Order: sequence, then structure tokens, then C-alpha cells
Amino acid sequence: MADFETPELFKNIHVPKPVPGTMESVGPFIAKPDHQTDLGFPAELVDNWEEKAIDAMGVAVTKYRGLRVFLDACVKCGSCTDKCHYYIGSSDPKNMPVARQDLFRSVYRKYHTPAGKFLSKLGLEWLIGAKSMTKDVLDDWWNYYHQCSECRRCSVYCPYGIDTAEITMAARDVMAQVGRGMKYNNEIIGKVYKIGNNLGLPERALADTLEGLEEDIEDETGVKVELPLDRKGVDILLVTPSADFFAEPHVDGLMGYAKVFHESGVSWTLSSKASEAANFGLFIGSYDNMRKISLRIREAAIDLGVKRIVYGECGHAWRVGYSFLNTLAGPFDFLDQNYPIPQHICEFTHDLIQKDKLKFDPSENDWMTLTFHDSCNVARASRMGDKPGGQFTIPRDIIKTVCNNYVDMAPETIGEGTFCCGGGGGLLTDDLMPVRVKGALPRMTALTNVVQDEGVTHMAAICAICKSQFTKVLPYYNLGMDMIVSVHQLVSSALILTSRDDEEDESEAAPAESSTE
Amino acid sequence: MALEVNGKSYEVDEEGYLANLNEWDADVAAALAASDDAELTESHWEVINFLREYYEEYQIAPAVRVLTKAIGKRLGKDKGNSKYLYELFPYGPAKQACKYAGLPKPTGCV
Repeated sequence: MADFETPELFKNIHVPKPVPGTMESVGPFIAKPDHQTDLGFPAELVDNWEEKAIDAMGVAVTKYRGLRVFLDACVKCGSCTDKCHYYIGSSDPKNMPVARQDLFRSVYRKYHTPAGKFLSKLGLEWLIGAKSMTKDVLDDWWNYYHQCSECRRCSVYCPYGIDTAEITMAARDVMAQVGRGMKYNNEIIGKVYKIGNNLGLPERALADTLEGLEEDIEDETGVKVELPLDRKGVDILLVTPSADFFAEPHVDGLMGYAKVFHESGVSWTLSSKASEAANFGLFIGSYDNMRKISLRIREAAIDLGVKRIVYGECGHAWRVGYSFLNTLAGPFDFLDQNYPIPQHICEFTHDLIQKDKLKFDPSENDWMTLTFHDSCNVARASRMGDKPGGQFTIPRDIIKTVCNNYVDMAPETIGEGTFCCGGGGGLLTDDLMPVRVKGALPRMTALTNVVQDEGVTHMAAICAICKSQFTKVLPYYNLGMDMIVSVHQLVSSALILTSRDDEEDESEAAPAESSTE
Repeated sequence: MALEVNGKSYEVDEEGYLANLNEWDADVAAALAASDDAELTESHWEVINFLREYYEEYQIAPAVRVLTKAIGKRLGKDKGNSKYLYELFPYGPAKQACKYAGLPKPTGCV
């Protein structure tokens, strides 16, 4: 890993003066040939890659009309320039969203607009900022499209609503199609196809892990709470990021979901086939891979004969689930239409709280003062509940129900304007640590302020990437790595469990109780 | 990329993880640690040996929780916590200990 400096922490979000070139040559590891071919991409950079890239770009702007609009509409007003966490943390002007987009836009202008085609014949394409597809351009794409976490904060402030994430996704897809894929994302998608999840956790290891968690809950609470795997005929299939089976504090959240299901009386299961909610097909902008990954969830739901699908705490999975699941893997006419398809675990828990079905002792969390980090894909690309802004109020309502001490961070850094953790969009890899640490600066600024001024001790999140990213970057900013917690970990600590007798525990499904929620 | 141990060359990836799990032995482990300026003590070996055993059984490294629980059972409660493991492997027990044990790096949102 390259040596780098942690950026200076200012009292408020500080927009630096641009320093060109500070983030050059920090691109991620390139995918190995089999990481590429597993996903249907060429093993390595193809011979006539310039031509192939131009063609792939042409297909993209024809197939995705929004992309063409985003490329055509920018008037260079500059509203986005100071909105990106990677620009704020790195000072590199190519991380201003407009400049990053222009790396793609300038090539698009030359080959796929009437003005560009005409002026190119006269050698005057530079008049409209059009550029040829060259190795230097490719290298710039490789660097800077892996310094965008597709968080869409800049889009909130764009008067035209240009979605930078779409442009980043398109650029990454074009690169993968000509044989330049990213190791971290592509290796992981390959594991989803071969083993079933991002971690590469085989079924037997998953079963053993779940059994261990059941033991832990029983040791701790004296109550037998199940974490069933591949149980047929139950009400709910829970799909959750595989980090929930492996990492801290994720696993504490998983135990929280299990306890909530236990208390609800609704029967549920995890699936070894769909043992992953994440969908990295989104990050690499590949519709085909996104669809293939989504279809596993449909197949698992059919195989297991469930009535509902619930998603665990995973930011981009919820975006794919909430916004695209029906077109990617639908129709879901075989599921119970009385419930959201899919439903978020926070919606599920919140609903039970509203109906007074859960009993809590919030004093169990009194040793902490909480704040909440809105994850970008939940905040800006989806919703929860039946009211606008439900994705902001529902998780906070849950936290405030189970914790007595809660404080929000500065308003311009949360909600719709939330800052990315710095590791989203497929950048959560050690080879991008400089990018991740610098990109975390705005969130670390807002967090440090509530730690110092309000006595905040912990920050909760509902995204596996956010949780892992913070665990890693908090120490760079002199904060404890264990400050980050899962929302359902807080639920888990405060929830008062009721024992059920053994006979009920043995029953495969509990249809009589399915309507109580 | 390659790692030289006792005159033999071993393939490793960009981050120094051993490419072929079956080539691993105690000398390779020591060399992998040396490339990070780390020295393996008896305490490190207790963890590394458990990781190898678990991998053989389940084809994946254990979760941190599984690891702390197992270490606690074998070596006493004072060692069965992530603080102890982070002291031994400051870059994270999952990643750093796996590397010296010759196991692939855990991937995903971890």
C-alpha cells in the first residue's frame, strides 16, 4: 500500500483549494484473467480496445437514455464541485464531479454527437472539448472512476439532476468490456456465482456459523432463538450481506434480526443459495451481472416456498432490492401482496414497534450516546415505509425506541445530503486505502464534532460496507474502531426476549401467527 | 510476484498472500511475517494453527467471533477476545493471521 497522509481535520466541512494530480496513479488492482472470464468479460485488455471501447460507449448511450441526457445536459455551472467527499478529502480537481464526468463526456462528444463527428473531420473537435480514446484517457478513467463511490451526493445539488453514479458505472462497464476489470469487485462476483456469497462462505461453514450464534444467544440470554438455514415453507426469506455472518459489528446485527423474528412469532429462514444480499453488479455497471445475481434471490424464494422477502442491513442491496428487483427478477406474484416486496428489516422491526409487539429495556444501551450515519444508497436511491423520507425517520425511530441517548450530526451531513463513508460503490478494498481514508474526511469531521460537543460515543449504520469502512478508517482520525455499531445490535441489546416452550420451537412454520405482525 | 524461502520460489499475490495453499509450511509462514517486519511467537502460532485446522474443515477462514470463541476455549478466557487478537495481529486478525497461515484473504464487505 502506498504511503499517504491522513487529511487535516477542520472544525467544519472545509473545501480545499484544488491541487492538481494529488490522486494520480492510485488505481485499484486489475482483475486476473479468471476474475474477468467468470463474469463474461475478456481476460485482458483486447488488441483493438480503443475501437471496442468507443463501440461499447455507443451501445451504452443508446440503451440507457438517461446516460445520454446526463452527458448532454451539463452546463458547467459548478454546483457539484465542492460536494464530493473525495474532492474535499483529496484536493484533486479531477475529483470534482463535473471534471470526473468530463473524462467520459469528452470522449462521448467526439464519437457519439453530431458536432463532435463533424468537427473531428476538420481536426477541430477541441473546440467543444472533445477528446480521442487513448491510453492516457483509459488510465485517467481507471484512476478517477475508482475514486467515485456512486453515492450521488453531487446529484442532489445539480440543477439538472445529473446522476454522476450512472456515468461512473458506464465507464467501469466499458472498461470491463474491453478487458480492464477491477480485481476486488469482479473476484467477489465470481464467488457469488461459485459459492453463493461475497465472502466465499460455503454452506457447511454457514450452517456451523449459525449454530454457533444460536449457542451464543442462548448462553447470553437463556432463551433459545433460532437462525434457520434452508427451512422450507416458512413465511420469510431473509437475505442479508454475508459480512453479517463474519465481521464485527455486523454479526451483532444479525443476532438482532433473529431476536426480532423470534419475538414476532413469524417463521423465517436464511438461504444457502441466496446467502448474500449484496449485488456488486450495480457497482461495475453491468446489467447482466446485476440480473444474474438478483435471480438467485428469486430462485431461493421459489425453492423455499416463502411468502415474503426481507432484506438485512445492506445499503446498495436495498437500492437494488427497492428500486430494481421487480424488473430484474420479477414478477413476484407468488409472494404475499399484502407486504412490501421486498421489505427492509428496519421496516419490519419498526412496524412491530408501532403495533407495540416488542418490549424493550432501553437502559441496556444507556452506556452509549448514539448518532446515525445515513448510508448513501438508502438515503438517496430508495425509501422505507409509506411516507417520503421514511428511510431517514424509520431507522432513527428504532434507535430512539431502544436507546435513551441520541444526537444527530450536522444537518447538511445527514439525510439527503449525507456524506458517504468513503468506501462505498465497490471501493472497499485495501489497495484503495488512500482513497478510502481521504474520502472519509467529511463524515469524520461531522462525527468528531458530535463526539466533542455532545458526548457521542457510538455511530450506528445499516450498511455492511459503511460498518467495515468505519472500522478501518476511524483510527486514522483518532477515533475508536469499535465506535461503529449495527442498528439491530442496539435492538438486540434492549429487546426483552420471551421463552417459547419446546413444542412450539419444533414446529416448522407458525401460520397462525403470520398475520399478527 | 514471488517470495524466496530457502532457495525456493513461492508465488504470492499483489498483497503478499500465498497463491497455493498447499505450498505452505512453517518456514514460509515465518517468511510471510518477515515481509511485514513481524516475528512469529508461540502466541501467533496458536492462532495460525487454529486457522489452518478450521480452513481444512470448512474451506474458509473463521469469522472473528468464531476465532475468539475457539481461542478462548483452548487458551483461556483472557485470550478469547478481539483485543488480544488485534495485539497479536495489528492489521486485523482476519486478514493478517490468514496471510501468515497461507490462507486466501477474506473478500467482501469485511
